Amino acid sequence: MYHYDQYDQTVVDERVAQFRDQTRRFLTGELSEDQYRPLRLMNGLYIQRHAPMLRVAIPYGLLSTRQLRMLAHIARRYDKGYGHFTTRQNIQFNWPRLEEVPDILADLATVQMHAIQTSGNCIRNVTSDHLAGVTADELEDPRIYCEIIRQWSTFHPEFSFLPRKFKIAVNGAAKDRAATQVHDIGLQLVKNASGETGFEVLVGGGLGRTPVIGVVIRPFLAKSDLLSYLEAILRVYNRFGRRDNKYKARIKILVKELGTAEFTRLVEAEWALVRTQLILDDSEIERVTRAFTTATYESLPATCSTLDAALAEQPGLRHWWSHNTAPHKIPGYRVVFVSLKLPGQAPGDMTDSQMDALAELTDRYSQGELRVTHTQNLVLADVKLTDLQALWQQLSGLGLATANIGTAADIICCPGLDFCSLANATSIPIANGIQQLFEDTDYLYDLGDIRINISGCMNGCGHHTVGHIGILGVDKKGEEWYQITLGGSSATEAALGERLGPAVSRDQVVSVIDSIFTVYRNIRTDEEPFLATVQRVGLTPFQERVYGTH
Amino acid sequence: MALIKDGQPGPNDWQHLDDSETLPALGPVTVSLKRWQSQRDGLNRDGQPLGIRLEASDSPEALGDMPQEIPLIVLDMQAFTDGRSFSQAQWIRERLGYAGELRVRGDFLLDQVFYLARVGVNAFEFSDASQAQQALPRLHEFSVRYQAANDVKQPLYRYRNTAPIA
Ligand code: SF4
Repeated sequence: MYHYDQYDQTVVDERVAQFRDQTRRFLTGELSEDQYRPLRLMNGLYIQRHAPMLRVAIPYGLLSTRQLRMLAHIARRYDKGYGHFTTRQNIQFNWPRLEEVPDILADLATVQMHAIQTSGNCIRNVTSDHLAGVTADELEDPRIYCEIIRQWSTFHPEFSFLPRKFKIAVNGAAKDRAATQVHDIGLQLVKNASGETGFEVLVGGGLGRTPVIGVVIRPFLAKSDLLSYLEAILRVYNRFGRRDNKYKARIKILVKELGTAEFTRLVEAEWALVRTQLILDDSEIERVTRAFTTATYESLPATCSTLDAALAEQPGLRHWWSHNTAPHKIPGYRVVFVSLKLPGQAPGDMTDSQMDALAELTDRYSQGELRVTHTQNLVLADVKLTDLQALWQQLSGLGLATANIGTAADIICCPGLDFCSLANATSIPIANGIQQLFEDTDYLYDLGDIRINISGCMNGCGHHTVGHIGILGVDKKGEEWYQITLGGSSATEAALGERLGPAVSRDQVVSVIDSIFTVYRNIRTDEEPFLATVQRVGLTPFQERVYGTH
Repeated sequence: MALIKDGQPGPNDWQHLDDSETLPALGPVTVSLKRWQSQRDGLNRDGQPLGIRLEASDSPEALGDMPQEIPLIVLDMQAFTDGRSFSQAQWIRERLGYAGELRVRGDFLLDQVFYLARVGVNAFEFSDASQAQQALPRLHEFSVRYQAANDVKQPLYRYRNTAPIA
């Protein structure tokens, strides 16, 4: 965790006071609905289908057990006993009462949490790799820079009323787990020819209505120039981004309309003017680094014979090990994924008692810290091999050890029509319907890694365009239909899915997905993952099966 | 109409002229940037004060290099959501080094006063005195400022732990 000092704490405390006043003014009629809207949005508060929805930031996905216990408390005290983890390392509460939101924010502030800029046309929660700090292929821990950017962007005096929302992701590993290519700004830590570490800067990626893969506008940016370069990009966007049409207001449209070369020229010209005025000092990078807790590791053997024996004997443990754990850079440790994809439950949802119990386990087995993934699961990053079996048993008892991470049952899913007032169609029941295909887990494991992403409308909160299989809810004369895409990916070789064909009706969608699996199983070569098969054969075999040959 | 200038309630002597209104012989007036560009010398009234109003869509580049002789620049906000005015202020203060009065009027919220003050706006025009009263404490709504801006010349990390929270 990054530990707040008195300055950081003062910011969140004063924010609570400000929002309390804004809400009071709204409730007494001093602020109109139109005036209150952007203010509440900048505090993550939406007015939804049934009730307000509050989105709380989990900066770069890092969460302490103290914070998780507070989230449990909020779910219990102010909501209906659960929270929903999103694809952008936030948690949403679906049932708070408007009058109580200032109290929720006050409670959050006591554990160094907030909802600042989790919505609205401003710089949003900065996201990162859920394996940061524990993965062997990492140049540097990206979360240090996320925190520096968080502070720089918090109440930025010039960039808080942008044409549209603005999302930044930072990745430090060779493998892109932060989806940097589909963010307004993606920062990838790289080394230049002289061995210095800095950032490759991508701009203009994004999902939603017009999905676009970002373009590199600077192959190498020194760390000391990070903030001045961000300032230059944001200023160009704030001045020239379109404000006449909200669907054309994201920076990706500006980059497209100007062309990458012209956009880059404007940014570089602006940067030349501000570069020397905003140097990110090494001493600040060091201060922020020191303000993070560091995990302490024992020197342990790289294997554990008791675990190996248990793995040989217990298929349940073995499946969990192979799907829900990942290598750790330190010998004797393992990364554990906590699955929030129990079939039949809303993907990403967690109850207050699960949160409390998981906080307990995290204190016992993983040094008191967790991470939130983009796929709506959680991670305990520092588990000893010797503790794995015990942890597995206890997670199983909580319904948090479904061995399905990375499989077709590990579905990313937005709240959809059940909660969201913008939705065209339901998404959670579709996810649950697909999960029901896998009562036989052998079938699930045989399918291998398949990313299925579901969004209830074009806004794409469920990242459908970068799903290997994307499912998008569309409205057809008041009925729920689904547009299916294949071949998307948000990994290092990011790609946008291609439309399979006409939308299918709600009662067909699950069987269509099943047909897609069947085609894959029939035509794959040995060990060929789903995405590779789609890339090799294209859409035709799938289309023939789903829509017939004529 | 009520004015706050340099953190104090104050009188407003300025009259904001529409493009169709004729200039009075005497007294401080502001005109739109468009009018200023097209009529320049015609606006000269023997040294009577003349200010310029910028809408969010106007290019601050049009002010030229040195608007120092201009006694008042007004950011005329048509919609409080249009953040271009904030970048105009940044341009006027930082790029042009303008030291005169930079005022905001029109559609802006009390909750934006803090941000506007930070980018260099030093005068706020409100429709009524109670709004102006409420705005005063909001000039300092947050006592911690992470970024360097017109009000604080260094980012917080340059003086962290050496300065009290103020
Ligand atoms: S994708 Fe659409 S339906 Fe789903 S949460 Fe986002 S806005 Fe709502």
